[in-house]
Amino acid sequence: MELILSAGIGTLTASGVYLLLRPRTYQVVIGLSLLSYAVNLFIFGMGRLRVNAPPILEPGGVGDLARHTDPLAQALVLTAIVIGFAMTALFLVVLLASRGFTGTDHVDGREQRGD
Amino acid sequence: MLPIFILAPFGGSLLAIFFPSDQPGATAWFAGAIALVCFLATAGLYPFVDAGSVLRYELEWAPQLGLSVSLRMDGFAWLFSALITAIGVLVVLYARYYMNAEDPVPRFFALFLAFMGSMLGVVLSGNLILLAVFWELTSIVSFLLIGYWHHNAHARDGARMALTITGMGGLALFVGLLLIGRVVGSYELDAVLASGNAIRNDPLYVPILILVLFGALTKSAQFPFHFWLPHAMAAPTPVSAYLHSATMVKAGVFLLARLWPVMAGTEAWFWLVGLAGLTTLVLGAYFAIFQQDLKGLLAYSTISHLGLITTLLSLGSPLAAVAAIFHIVNHATFKASLFMAAGIIDHESGTRDMRRLSGLFRYMPITATLAMVASAAMAGVPLLNGFLSKEMFFAEAIETHLVNALDTVTPYVATIAGMFAVTYSLRFIHSVFYGAPPSDLPKKPHEPPRWMRAPIEFLVLACLVVGILPGRTIGPFLHTAVTSVLGDRTPYYSLAVWHGFNVPMIMSLVALSGGIGLYFLMRSYLATGIEGPPVFRLLEGQRIFERVLVTLSWKWARSIEQRLGTRRLQPQMRLLVFLALAAGALPLLAGGFEMPPLVIRGIDPAFALLWAIGIACAVGSALQAKFHRLAALVLLGGAGLVTCLTFVWLSAPDLAVTQLLVEIVTTVLILLGLRWLPKRIKEPEREDIPMKTRFRRLRDFLLATLAGGAMTLLAYTVMTQPASETIASYFLERAYSEGGGTNVVNVILVDFRGFDTLGEIAVLSIVALTVFALLLRFRPQADSLEAPEQQRLQNAFDAGHPGRTAGDSIAEYLHIPSVIMRWMFPVTAMLAAYLFLRGHDLPGGGFAAGVAMSIGFILQYMSGGTRWVEERLRIHPLRWMSIGLLVAAATGIGSWLFGYPFLTSHSQYAMLPIIGEVPLASAILFDFGVFSLVLGATVLMLIAIAHQSIRAPRAHVRMARTGKEAAQ
Repeated sequence: MELILSAGIGTLTASGVYLLLRPRTYQVVIGLSLLSYAVNLFIFGMGRLRVNAPPILEPGGVGDLARHTDPLAQALVLTAIVIGFAMTALFLVVLLASRGFTGTDHVDGREQRGD
Repeated sequence: MLPIFILAPFGGSLLAIFFPSDQPGATAWFAGAIALVCFLATAGLYPFVDAGSVLRYELEWAPQLGLSVSLRMDGFAWLFSALITAIGVLVVLYARYYMNAEDPVPRFFALFLAFMGSMLGVVLSGNLILLAVFWELTSIVSFLLIGYWHHNAHARDGARMALTITGMGGLALFVGLLLIGRVVGSYELDAVLASGNAIRNDPLYVPILILVLFGALTKSAQFPFHFWLPHAMAAPTPVSAYLHSATMVKAGVFLLARLWPVMAGTEAWFWLVGLAGLTTLVLGAYFAIFQQDLKGLLAYSTISHLGLITTLLSLGSPLAAVAAIFHIVNHATFKASLFMAAGIIDHESGTRDMRRLSGLFRYMPITATLAMVASAAMAGVPLLNGFLSKEMFFAEAIETHLVNALDTVTPYVATIAGMFAVTYSLRFIHSVFYGAPPSDLPKKPHEPPRWMRAPIEFLVLACLVVGILPGRTIGPFLHTAVTSVLGDRTPYYSLAVWHGFNVPMIMSLVALSGGIGLYFLMRSYLATGIEGPPVFRLLEGQRIFERVLVTLSWKWARSIEQRLGTRRLQPQMRLLVFLALAAGALPLLAGGFEMPPLVIRGIDPAFALLWAIGIACAVGSALQAKFHRLAALVLLGGAGLVTCLTFVWLSAPDLAVTQLLVEIVTTVLILLGLRWLPKRIKEPEREDIPMKTRFRRLRDFLLATLAGGAMTLLAYTVMTQPASETIASYFLERAYSEGGGTNVVNVILVDFRGFDTLGEIAVLSIVALTVFALLLRFRPQADSLEAPEQQRLQNAFDAGHPGRTAGDSIAEYLHIPSVIMRWMFPVTAMLAAYLFLRGHDLPGGGFAAGVAMSIGFILQYMSGGTRWVEERLRIHPLRWMSIGLLVAAATGIGSWLFGYPFLTSHSQYAMLPIIGEVPLASAILFDFGVFSLVLGATVLMLIAIAHQSIRAPRAHVRMARTGKEAAQ
């Protein structure tokens, strides 16, 4: 379980980082999205992986880590997902605006030779 | 009672902004009323501080950090408050007539009141941190007031210089005060004043002294930081009279006097303060002689008098401290009145240049007489208040305090400075009011309006009364102030006018006769001379300041930018990734990282298959992002779905729901954006890809692989370690008993860490507004403007077939799905409501519900088109957002009403008909705020992008319509 998930996190990171270094704005936006999956999963994994132990209590009950997984990492990731969406939206619009102003979708706002 | 001194001016300042600018009188009356209330409150409080007692007010702010809003009024603070409020009232009256109707008068009085509040804050602060805050506020308001006429370059430069110098000083002072707090163990002024020995004997004493002095000397324009004050004279004259002579520049000496009991008396204090004070005293007076601008002369004279006060404080003897406090009051009265007189001369004759002014006595005899009396007080002529404190200064100067060279030269320097003071005072009067009638003045001079002169009359009267009957007028107030500073060390002193024919008297006589002689010797030089003193003119502080500024902010910044900067993003990103890698690897390697054992067993084949798909999607997306954007987007969604399923698998239902919904919205969003990107068609594979490109791709690939490998290793290592004790169990244990919900993740978000969530949604709304604002200015590239290929084909089909009109195909396109989507709206709304209501106990919550609802809206846009939806449904995303933010904040504030800290929640269950038992924690209100804001923000972003498509056609329609109208 841990091995597969960490391999997945690694691939998402590698794909994200590679796209981050590409010259086209769309590539960077996609790369950032991939990277944010990786980071979310990584933070989530810091609470350790548990099957069938959601942090939902019995009504009136008291929870403990033996029966429930770490809720804190999940709370962090939940807001991160929404903020990640906001970030994607913002970059997308910056991308559109930059293309409108400069006429190119190169990250520098002008074409470089050899890309 | 004490908070009124802060609340009234600041509250008044806020109100004053809203006064109509065409009624300057009303604003002035309002500001005057506020100042008068403050003055009367001060006067009424005198009996409470009279007997050496101290008035206190305290409001806990962050007690753990030793911070509190504590105000404290003793005799000394009272004297200063009286000075600030009384002169405040007079200056408002004066400004009422001074300001022109064209000036933005409400802004002036708003800033004026804000300054009064800050200055009262400085003198009344009972806590060092609070004092530093108010100190900075005075600098900032002073900056805004100097730059009041911001169309004037001198005003802008002067304001910037004043802020830079006093702001730097304020920063140093802040550090100094923090150090004092550390030494004493408390930031409360009472505690600090009680631990003088601890401060003086601490090894940090000298650094503290230097930092505090840096703050005080910059504020009080002492050498070598004096040069900002003359440039601050670009401010309107009421500002110069109030801030830059009577009050703000006194903040420095106020602080020195305030801390005098705990810091003075050491060798370091004597030398540092004394050298600055004496140099300023004599240089200021010397420079003042050579000024051609009336206000410039007064500015340098102010610098010199502040030097005199500083010198007195440096001596370390209680008698000198008495003289210093006395002179603070005296200087404020005569200098404020002189500034006002200079303003009147400027106002009524059109110039402040002493080379052009002469013989004004015949035009404005009353103002001239008043100015002469005030000037005589400045020169130290007997029977006026300036004489008394100057005499005390001379008496202290000849005393021996410490045996060293500085103490020996003090009496001689004092006499010379006194002589200069007589010279410039005489020059002020003689060159302006006497001599031939002026020939080339812009205006014909005359007396000012009756009430514009009233403040001067009052102040000059004060100079006279205090000068003749000091013991009966200022005496008791001064005594209260002195006792509160010096305590048991209060010496015996006499305020009598005549002390007999003694050494100080001889010094006074020498200064008077020498000064008069000097003036008549230099008269012809001054009348023709240029601005500024000989020799020193070349070595002006301003030039040094500007050179330093240019070097720092321009030359050095440029060279650093040239060496380290690049306009290209890719190298920067590469560097960033590399640094992140290094920063992650270094502590691991340094800490002795050990590879965890590789465990293969226990792998669920389904999970492995899931991630095989996920990995394929991620890599595919990376490969396709350049030429096949849609494919990349689909693959990105695939990776997102795998992530979502992982959350389901690994006990995170909340995350799964949110991830799924966000995935949908993200995909729609990017789809909407794709239309505006340039076409990029993959060229047939070239054989001759340049070596450079190959190398770069390989390098990026290696860097990416390295980053991915590192993340894998790190994630695997941590996840296979057993979890240590974390705060997670705290939340699990208390979620129900204290948060009233069984879904712990939601309880954390809306209750335990509600404040963080409030921050998160604020960020979300800022992003949405930024997106909205950016798209308002969006101009698509020309090649994206025309209708997309698909639409063109459809329109051609419609045109080519009889019985069809243009747009039919688009309307028919995906007809059945679009009907279904339309009917799905109530279902989606229901789902959102369901997610929202169950959120506190089961997976769901405000975030998920908000995104779900926004999907409902965007489906309508997709099925019917932007126009169709907006003809039927008014969505106000901005309102949703503001309601959300307000509800969330109001829920937090609501707990204050019940006496609990911000965002404390209360929980209960309520029975609703049909639905059954519903958790009714106050947190659900907060969650509603989250829901509303997330909905508003998401819809705002989606709609803003969707609207771009109809903007270009709209422009065409508008052009066609105007064309038609023109034809008719």
